[in-house]
Amino acid sequence: MTKTKIKKESFWERNKKSEGYLLKKKLTQIFISITRFILLFGLCFLILQPILNKISVSLMEEQDLYNPIVVSIPVHFTTSNYKLAAEIMNYGKAFTNSLIISLTIAILQIAVCTLVGYGFARFKFPLKKFWFAMVMLVIIIPPQVISNSLYLHFRFFDFLGIIKLITGNTLNLRGLKLPYYLMSAGCMGLKNGLYIYMIRQFFRNIPNDMEEAAYVDGCGMLRTFVRIMLPEAKPIITSCFLFAFVWQWTDGFYSNMFLGTTTLVSTSISRIVDSLGAYMQRILGAKVSISVAQSNAVLSTGTLMVVGPVIILYLFAQRQFVESISSSGIKM
Amino acid sequence: MDKKPKHRYVGLEKRKAIAGYLFILPFIIGFAFFMVKPFFQSLYMSFNTVELGAGKFDMIWNGFGNYVYAFRTDPEYARLLTEELLRMLVYSLAIIVFSFFVALILNQKFHGRALVRAVFFLPVILSSGVMLGLESNNSLIASLQQQVEEVTTGISITDGLQTILRTTGVGVRAFEKVFEVIDNIYDVALASGMQIIIFLSGLQTIPKSMYEAADIEGCTAWESLWKITFPSISSLFLVNWIYTVVDFCMRSDNELVEKLQKVMIQNQNYGASAAMTWTYFLIVIAFIGITSLLLNKVVYYND
Repeated sequence: MTKTKIKKESFWERNKKSEGYLLKKKLTQIFISITRFILLFGLCFLILQPILNKISVSLMEEQDLYNPIVVSIPVHFTTSNYKLAAEIMNYGKAFTNSLIISLTIAILQIAVCTLVGYGFARFKFPLKKFWFAMVMLVIIIPPQVISNSLYLHFRFFDFLGIIKLITGNTLNLRGLKLPYYLMSAGCMGLKNGLYIYMIRQFFRNIPNDMEEAAYVDGCGMLRTFVRIMLPEAKPIITSCFLFAFVWQWTDGFYSNMFLGTTTLVSTSISRIVDSLGAYMQRILGAKVSISVAQSNAVLSTGTLMVVGPVIILYLFAQRQFVESISSSGIKM
Repeated sequence: MDKKPKHRYVGLEKRKAIAGYLFILPFIIGFAFFMVKPFFQSLYMSFNTVELGAGKFDMIWNGFGNYVYAFRTDPEYARLLTEELLRMLVYSLAIIVFSFFVALILNQKFHGRALVRAVFFLPVILSSGVMLGLESNNSLIASLQQQVEEVTTGISITDGLQTILRTTGVGVRAFEKVFEVIDNIYDVALASGMQIIIFLSGLQTIPKSMYEAADIEGCTAWESLWKITFPSISSLFLVNWIYTVVDFCMRSDNELVEKLQKVMIQNQNYGASAAMTWTYFLIVIAFIGITSLLLNKVVYYND
């Protein structure tokens, strides 16, 4: 009894389905894509809005900021905010410093991390698991934990007591760039554990054959690495380099600790409002209180000037940033 | 003698082992000098009073004095610690859930997918380092924001719901946390760029045929989410969880980290700073360890 009923029903449904089902499916699809569009549009707007807002604020004169009618398009268009922010931040100098330091640090870090990542991916050696666990540890330990000790380490720098033996005193390396370069050369810079991990992951996915062919042909290990493996790993190296550059560009932690005396965009942007006060005082010769609107405008402008180069870089190299991570196949 | 001889590295294998060590040598050196030494020194320092002198610094044994100071004398530390840890827990959960669902959406096919992906990844670059919390670091603008918030409280997304649920008075505290996260969805979105990409990379490795087979067998989308998608990328939950928690500790708008820096650089109280950092660090590590173990139980490995 029941069996026939089910059979009948399904038959009846099928009869109608050739049209009804299609319509239903189409409707759900449209509904889903509209919902998706609204959701994604909202979220994208959420992420982009602060930048757009900063752009419009940075182009306004002070009176526009107080004008409740002006929301996003300035009435009194001006670029004076940029001039002011550039002067306060010492932008030209900060920009060149940041550029040089970020570039050299990124090159150094990625060069070393590539070597280490390749070592972990391609060679078998005793205690390999242990050392790799240490890489994981480096990723997990926040730099804050060792920061106080590092601070003293470089304040009273000594290498196995040699320097004290010669000069009778320890070296004060604080404020110099050397400590940070040393750390970068030892894979202990900003997020270096992560780069090692990503590069290792990439090398592991390259088939062994080419290397072995090279070994059979009598190519040495270093030469195989430079001539054969490096060109293969170009995408991941590029993307890690971009990350290293960008993160170094905006980094405040290591910059404050080691490069405190060098004018960098990242450190000067975090002080920009205080600098604005000092600047105004110097010009007007008296202590003035700065209006919220003006400091906001200068801060927005400064932020834009700091992230501007990075955004441009991202626009051009967006694929390298995103694709290489998804292709490296991160696994536990 | 021994039946199972120990693996010996000979010939090419030995050469390769040596080469391997040479390749990772920079890491070993850096690790020894800039991680192990400072790591233990910092631990030792937390039990000492550090006094700076000309050309050297002295450590005077202080026992648990610094720890006692951190919790009982310092007015802010205990409060900040609990606050930040709670915030870490809530936000990490929110970030994982958010990034998982965004990754699910971004894995579908639609027009402008590349653009949307680019936008979602933008915060990884833009909100790194000092850029995060620039507004809140700045007292002038922070006060302005407070004013704006006071004036525009009606704008809060969850406000309507909040009043309804508050009056019924069920689990008010828990609701408030949820509301806080939803109201701060901007922070969550900013912090989840990397996680979205990691989830996406996992989602792309799931073969389409699996879903098709499930579909033909009469599996609904909801079921295949739980039976196919979840197990396939469950290991990435672990990766993302660790990444998120660690990332949270390094954020520049983390008030506790600011406090630690202040104690160290302004107050020059290295011992107390070390003790504070170590308690924070140990709690975070314990937290990561326990949650990873728990997560590891549910992770499905397809090897």
